[in-house]
Amino acid sequence: MGESQEQFAIRVRDLVVGFGRQTVLDHLSLDVRRGEILGLVGASGGGKSVLMRTIIGLIPRQGGTIEVTGRPIGGRTEGAAMTWGILFQQGALFSSLTVRQNIQFPLRENLVLSQELMDEIAIAKLEMVGLRAQDADKYPAELSGGMTKRVALARALALDPPILFLDEPTSGLDPIAAGDFDALIGTLQKTLGLTVFMVTHDLASLTTVCDRVAALADGKIVAIGPMRELLQSEHPWVRAYFHGKRSQMLQHEMR
Amino acid sequence: MNSEPLLLATPSGEELKLCPEGPWIAANVSMLETLSRSVGADVDRSRAVTLDMSGVSALDTLGAWVLEKLSRRASSSGRSAEFIGVADHFSGLMEEVRQVNRHTPPPAPAPNPVLLRLNDLGKSTVGAREDITIFLQMLGALFMAVIGVLRRPRSLRLTSLIYQLYRIGWQAIPIVVLITFLIGAIIAQQGFFHFRRFGAESYTVDMVGILVLRELGVLIVAIMVAGRSGSAYTAELGSMKMREEIDALSTMGLDPVHVLILPRVVALVIALPILAFIGSIAALYGGGLVAQFYGGMAPAIYIARLHDAISVAHFEVGILKAPFMALVIGIVACSEGLRVKGSAESLGRQTTTSVVKSIFLVIVLDGLFAIFFASIGM
Repeated sequence: MGESQEQFAIRVRDLVVGFGRQTVLDHLSLDVRRGEILGLVGASGGGKSVLMRTIIGLIPRQGGTIEVTGRPIGGRTEGAAMTWGILFQQGALFSSLTVRQNIQFPLRENLVLSQELMDEIAIAKLEMVGLRAQDADKYPAELSGGMTKRVALARALALDPPILFLDEPTSGLDPIAAGDFDALIGTLQKTLGLTVFMVTHDLASLTTVCDRVAALADGKIVAIGPMRELLQSEHPWVRAYFHGKRSQMLQHEMR
Repeated sequence: MNSEPLLLATPSGEELKLCPEGPWIAANVSMLETLSRSVGADVDRSRAVTLDMSGVSALDTLGAWVLEKLSRRASSSGRSAEFIGVADHFSGLMEEVRQVNRHTPPPAPAPNPVLLRLNDLGKSTVGAREDITIFLQMLGALFMAVIGVLRRPRSLRLTSLIYQLYRIGWQAIPIVVLITFLIGAIIAQQGFFHFRRFGAESYTVDMVGILVLRELGVLIVAIMVAGRSGSAYTAELGSMKMREEIDALSTMGLDPVHVLILPRVVALVIALPILAFIGSIAALYGGGLVAQFYGGMAPAIYIARLHDAISVAHFEVGILKAPFMALVIGIVACSEGLRVKGSAESLGRQTTTSVVKSIFLVIVLDGLFAIFFASIGM
């Protein structure tokens, strides 16, 4: 008990999730170690996002157990903001609130603190994700794609949760912005001691920031380990994913 | 390990040693604020402040910032402050927090309220002019499209026209009949109730007949169509605009007005008079039922009185207005749809605007027609 609590941030056992007659996740098990960046890859529509959304309680499960920081997860989401922060694919910033108010929202709803401190924390978070204090009064509609992701990250980190979920953090960003974002996640993970669970397609992110990579195929985790181990994997889907033309090209360039 | 955060202050002469202890994390924020406030006066009095971090068991950005703020307060105006005993796993965070909140931008100057009002007034004036321009442009574009169709009748999008007629005409019949039936019944009931006092109950039939045929039938139906079909047009065209479907259409050499808007507006112009007619009949029927069961008037007498009270002119006045109202609703709905910008909020805003504007214009148009028909003696 003590060990599992110390060692693993998320433990998923025999998870079954389906919609109607279709089973998306079929007795899936996955451990995320405390303090690591885990990348999750899988086919489009293969259940990556479903797995993430099930762990955070947005999709009901049909069977199996999920433990987060040693505590089993029920259907409730109260107090969830203190446990994890989530970066949705499109940012999911509240469009009627300014950047500052968006970042303050979890603080305001979960804690009792003075407006002055709240403003300072919001600016601090904004600067930590690489934006300037001047951006605080903009509305989400006025932000570029990269800025939206950064603000969403600042909001996800507002309460310093120990676990951070990222849903395709670099999708829709140009390679420079994506590289910067990867570096940012790496830095924040080290500074704040986060556990990061990242759903991604971006081979560059997988190679540069992820400590381990898990491959999801046919509703199961078919391979998990550091990137170089996955490259050796014999599983046909994993081979196809990492040794396809595009991947080969990218890896060749990197060498 | 402490479960509550503490802040021990040990002053020695001009120097002050602060020892934060326990978990300095966001969950304890109210205690942290109280603690840092309680030592504020001591910090201001001391020449040198040392923060001994060795007792801190847990630290997050918020806790680190509260401590950093204390140290900045202590180090202001030439005094000194330093952190000692920072644990290795906190040093990265402390270093990060040192960098933030250094450049606070000057607060934006408060705008002059009078200028603000004037600005709004000017903007809405320009906006109103733009609305009129867009309305006229759309009218012109439609006119050109109609001429195009008259020249080459085969270029009319018949499938689309029939489909729109089905959607906004046929499918609207149940709700139109229900609402106008109720309106007719309510008017009749009110008539009987109030006219009874003068013994003028039989004039209720005149009131119902004239009111329904001249004004209410077409007006109620037009408002319902604006809410039901106008909003649907705006939302459809708006989402097509958002997903660049309209741009795709243009690049294929097709005119969106011809392909998308003309069938919709023509369908409205055909459907609204029919709906207004059906609605008027339903309202008269509702009035008749109330006359029989509430007013105690036999159906035969109701029909006979109706026959005396109304003429074809009343019916014409009502039904003549319908196509013009349809045109206004169609043009407003389609042009608002094309004004949708990239975001989903814009789609919602434009749909609301479309409904509000077309209902307003329908009522204005009705007023203008009332003046017109009065002056030609109809």
